[in-house]
Amino acid sequence: MNASADGNLLEVENLVKHFPIKSGIIIDREVGRVRAVDDVSFNVGQGETLGLVGESGCGKSTLCRTLLRLIEPTSGSIRFEGQELSELGRSDLQKMRREMQMIFQDPYASLNPRKRVGQIVGDPLELHGLAKGEERKGRVQDLLERVGLNPEHYNRYPHEFSGGQRQRIGIARALALNPKLIVADEPVSALDVSIQAQIINLLSDLQSEFGLTYIFVAHDLGVVRHVSDRIAVMYLGKIVEIGPAEEVYTNPIHPYTLSLLSAIPIPDPRANAARQPVVLEGDVPSPANPPAACRFHTRCNYATEICSQEEPPLIDHGGGHWAACHHPLNREAPQDVAAVVGGARG
Amino acid sequence: MSATGHLLEVEDLRVHFDTDDGVVKAVDGLSFTVEPGKTLGIVGESGSGKSVANMTILGLTRAANAEITGRITFEDQDLVAADDAGLQRVRGNDIAMIFQDPLTSLHPFYKVGSQMVEAIQAHRDSSDAEARERCIELLKLVGIPDAERRFGEYPHEFSGGMRQRAMIAMALTNDPKLLIADEPTTALDVTIQAQILRLIDRLQEELGMSVIMITHDLGVIAEVADDVLVMYGGRAVEAGSLDEIFYDPQHPYTWGLLGSLTRTDRPRSADRLSQIAGQPPSLIAPPQGCHFRPRCPHAFDRCTETPGLDARSGSRSHLDRCWLGGEQKRELRVGPEGEIGLAERKEPVATPTGES
Repeated sequence: MNASADGNLLEVENLVKHFPIKSGIIIDREVGRVRAVDDVSFNVGQGETLGLVGESGCGKSTLCRTLLRLIEPTSGSIRFEGQELSELGRSDLQKMRREMQMIFQDPYASLNPRKRVGQIVGDPLELHGLAKGEERKGRVQDLLERVGLNPEHYNRYPHEFSGGQRQRIGIARALALNPKLIVADEPVSALDVSIQAQIINLLSDLQSEFGLTYIFVAHDLGVVRHVSDRIAVMYLGKIVEIGPAEEVYTNPIHPYTLSLLSAIPIPDPRANAARQPVVLEGDVPSPANPPAACRFHTRCNYATEICSQEEPPLIDHGGGHWAACHHPLNREAPQDVAAVVGGARG
Repeated sequence: MSATGHLLEVEDLRVHFDTDDGVVKAVDGLSFTVEPGKTLGIVGESGSGKSVANMTILGLTRAANAEITGRITFEDQDLVAADDAGLQRVRGNDIAMIFQDPLTSLHPFYKVGSQMVEAIQAHRDSSDAEARERCIELLKLVGIPDAERRFGEYPHEFSGGMRQRAMIAMALTNDPKLLIADEPTTALDVTIQAQILRLIDRLQEELGMSVIMITHDLGVIAEVADDVLVMYGGRAVEAGSLDEIFYDPQHPYTWGLLGSLTRTDRPRSADRLSQIAGQPPSLIAPPQGCHFRPRCPHAFDRCTETPGLDARSGSRSHLDRCWLGGEQKRELRVGPEGEIGLAERKEPVATPTGES
């Protein structure tokens, strides 16, 4: 049993996660819903890296956790290798989790401070009945070495390590069960720049060594561009654009993607001065009360009447590049854009 | 302004903390200047001493276990030698500071307005009504809509971006000559970061103040700074104009930083990023000589002696702390993927644009 018929490792369809907002002391009344993930569909192919970007509160982390059923979805379907996850019982789900692991953002909060590194990395092996005793120790030391740590650190506690080293421990733990899919939720954003590069390189080495598939969440769009084959952009619980990484970065279709990309200062003073950023006004609206129809229309420079009346569907603009917008950008002359900008600079 | 023409001059500043584990040399011989009306960007990783140095300017590191030596000259006044009352006159008045996390730096129990009024009345005789008027004017200046109503609200009623705006308004209450911004946008989303950077830029132009922008993000530096100071292990390793640092970097640590960047405007050029091996140094037992030596691929015998921060590249304003000769540096900087100085890279910049 490998990937599904069309080569996808993971297929997500109409996934919804709403958190109820309750009020009242004796009788819990539901007074509203936080629409953290609202009707999201996408596929992840075998061996590819899908970058997931968006601002805080857009539902990236909830989506990741729902994919692994760390949070139960409200509705929708998640298929892993063609197997429907939401129908699995407890023990089947646990078996399935061997194939899908997670790396967390904060290497300080995601390692149990009372456990030694050997236990942290070795526990998954024991829980799944894969290795015990000396064999387990050997496997763990092997893993530590693979992620660039000294195998002799087997008996140390997390506090004895720096942030970057701790993230390596988290990666070793995720690798312990030989998973096919790793969901990395902001794996480098808590780390210093020089350490970020080390961890990104490690993740890409491991990907080619083990043929891993990644879902890589980050708010640093430079990092995402570097690691991803495809990019999905989320805004208020919806995917507004998804497509091949280079396409999304050079010819964004959705105005939100454009403003997100253009908000990031480029670490090159001349290139930075040459560009004309689109600065979004205002804050992200609350996901408990998102704007009607197109959720971005309140902040969008291109919005017209239709944007507040009809929700734009996610449609294919060619080459696997999908976007949900009534006024798609860069569709007539995509090649000219780069040329004009390059010319203006030279 | 002092006789030298600098607004602020820091000379050989050392901030050492005596702890149970040993003496932490958080800042160890730091010198820099801030020019009137200019922005100095200070870049460095966590533990490089950038925040401690700037908190020391305002006397915020004066703890029982702290030993502070050196000189910080602000308008002919030495802030290291100044007593508490003297510092009090400068702090929040001539020099103001904004912090990384606007939620923890605003008092949750007091309304935003009353916290601002307090900042004014601490430094000048001002009636409540005058102070209120001034605060509302400032809240409008920093782009807070409906400022009269917002004046009477609590910090938790503000969003992250609005809180940072309120913090900036509070810092501006007494028309500071120098604004120290310690990672002011790190806790914010990128679209909000763009708004705040723009705001600081506009205010600087309108009010003519100097800014020290502390950040770990070279993108932010490229956007706002006139001059740049690169810090590593409690010391400056390189200082120069924005262009000198980005297009003619002299120190191997700066090369490493520039080389390990991922960029939104460039396709992935290689599968691997160039990385700086190893970990930042311990500040209790820093390496002998150059602090970057253990991680530096070009270190040689002489690096066990501490190099001074000197002009070695021909430009008087461009200082670095590295023993390598100019010729050697030019050779070493050309790695397998081309020169590290960004100016040498020729491919067009594909900035996304909205025109179709």
